Amino acid sequence: MPDPLLPEPLLTVRGLTIDIPVGGGTLHAVRGIDFDVNRGETLCIVGESGSGKSLTSLALMGLLGGRIDRRAARMEFDGIDLTGANKRTMRALRGDRMSMIFQEPMTSLNPAYSIGDQLTEALLLHRDISRDAARARAVELLEKVGITAAASRLGQYPHQLSGGLRQRVMIAMALMCEPELIIADEPTTALDVTIQAQILRLLVELGREMNMAMILITHDLGVVARVADKVAVMYAGELVETGSADEVFNAPMHPYTRGLLRCIPQPGKTERGARLGTIPGIVPSLVGKVSGCPFRTRCDQVVDACRQDVPHRHPGAGEHAFRCVHENGLRAGGEVVT
Amino acid sequence: MLQFILKRLGLALLVALTVSIISFSLLFLSGDPAAAIGGETATDQDIEAIRVLYGFDRPLPVQYWDWLSSALAGDLGESYYFKLPVATLIVDRLQITMLLGVCGITFALLTAVPLGVVAAIRPNSFIDRLALFLSVAGQAMPSFWFGLILIVVFAIQLGWLPPSGTASAAHFVMPTIVLGYYAMPAIMRLTRAGMLDVLSSDYIRTARAKGAPEGRVLFKHALRNAIIPVVSLAAVQMGFMLGGSIVVESIFALHGAGYLAWESIARNDLPTVQALILVFSLFYIIFTFLSDVLNAWLDPRMRAG
Repeated sequence: MPDPLLPEPLLTVRGLTIDIPVGGGTLHAVRGIDFDVNRGETLCIVGESGSGKSLTSLALMGLLGGRIDRRAARMEFDGIDLTGANKRTMRALRGDRMSMIFQEPMTSLNPAYSIGDQLTEALLLHRDISRDAARARAVELLEKVGITAAASRLGQYPHQLSGGLRQRVMIAMALMCEPELIIADEPTTALDVTIQAQILRLLVELGREMNMAMILITHDLGVVARVADKVAVMYAGELVETGSADEVFNAPMHPYTRGLLRCIPQPGKTERGARLGTIPGIVPSLVGKVSGCPFRTRCDQVVDACRQDVPHRHPGAGEHAFRCVHENGLRAGGEVVT
Repeated sequence: MLQFILKRLGLALLVALTVSIISFSLLFLSGDPAAAIGGETATDQDIEAIRVLYGFDRPLPVQYWDWLSSALAGDLGESYYFKLPVATLIVDRLQITMLLGVCGITFALLTAVPLGVVAAIRPNSFIDRLALFLSVAGQAMPSFWFGLILIVVFAIQLGWLPPSGTASAAHFVMPTIVLGYYAMPAIMRLTRAGMLDVLSSDYIRTARAKGAPEGRVLFKHALRNAIIPVVSLAAVQMGFMLGGSIVVESIFALHGAGYLAWESIARNDLPTVQALILVFSLFYIIFTFLSDVLNAWLDPRMRAG
């Protein structure tokens, strides 16, 4: 039952499943994940490489390749059903009401067209607006993302800009139509460490200023701690734990989440000079039938029941949820070591 | 962009100058030209007289300068065989060759590029297989054989097209197909490979993420990038067609420049050979220059070079 006091979430995803045909069968890359994003809210999806984070974001945008099978019990953006949406509907949404920032600024801009052409493209496609007005908007946004001499940049080409500048251009490009939802897939991974923080701060500030909902995909938990309203922890194609940033960081329930948090130094908790944790083992193969808890091969709380279906658990009154055979994520008699 | 064009133009002129020196010295690489003109029965006095008459007794730089300045003025000497000014001879023949070359490359581009694009959009589809078959067949069949087959089928058995000559547009249909089909496989495969590569690139995903319609993604974002190497290849093919369509010209009895070159080599008609080499080289230089300019227009990264 939807709570009449709460507004409908901007984005609702239930049971999103992505299957990729591969040489020896089917890769079950994403298996039945659920999450919501409210207006103006930042959801961080964290997880290691190959956990299905990027596929999930591409699935939302309808940008998966033709051979990839995407299914969902429910996938709605502001009441628009995305599961059955035709190409035309998706095209109208993309770049206008929902837009995306990609991981690779070096290759995500078309080398043959000027920055100005690429910035104004989405606006000219979606709005009835003159070229001059579109260019004025582009200059305004370039200034907003901290690019100096913005007007003269419009005539420049991607190869004339540094990686940091290109990612700022990508951000400006995603904001051109003032989308309600912005999906940023590891937007700072390809950049120098020195400017990663700058770019991220910029993105989050602009998101707040324009009251955009944001899905930020990252494997950097330090980033998550600073910007997330909600966190979804992804492992091997499943969301193993979701909740508010406060719940997930301060009361992690799933053994994987706890393991991840042990891998980063936490102010006030990690002693100076102490060794940071690691999670031994590797992500399991997702080709063929996948059953039981995918984390059981690396979990320090594993029991026989982990081979069976894993229940969803809701430990508190809020949105906090995790999937584990153990009621509090711990084997009977186990001890929390965070 | 203007700076780039001027730079390329300067380079093209230098290459042209080098080519002119090489083609000038060809005259002296194949023995004493005076003895060649005189023939087997000429006495020493005759040869000496020819040498003075044609100016072979003067120093080489002087002869080169003389030759170059008259070549620039449009005087390429007189053919030993035809006893006609080479320039007149070549202009006549070149018209046929150029018409054939332009038709051939147009035919090749018009079939190869769309086929390559469709094959890249639908890899392993029926059209892709058909395109692969056509390109393998085109590469495997020698031009002379393919030309003869066309003559047998369309001129002799069906009687739809004239077998040889240059009297009407219909005479150019089969030569165009044979010449164009020779260039088609390489262009088609380069277009297909380029499109496949570009279509999987990140900036195509970016274009789709903006909500660009598929046609715009394919033609505005992808093809412009994929076509760049094709432009360079087509320029070389075009140069080749203007100079090397000897086989096609012989089969269809089109008396073009390629055919003239072949005849003149056989007849030891050096001024004609020399002039043809110069003209063919200039064509290559012009087409390379044009393709450089076109590529710089397509790809801003090349403008800096």
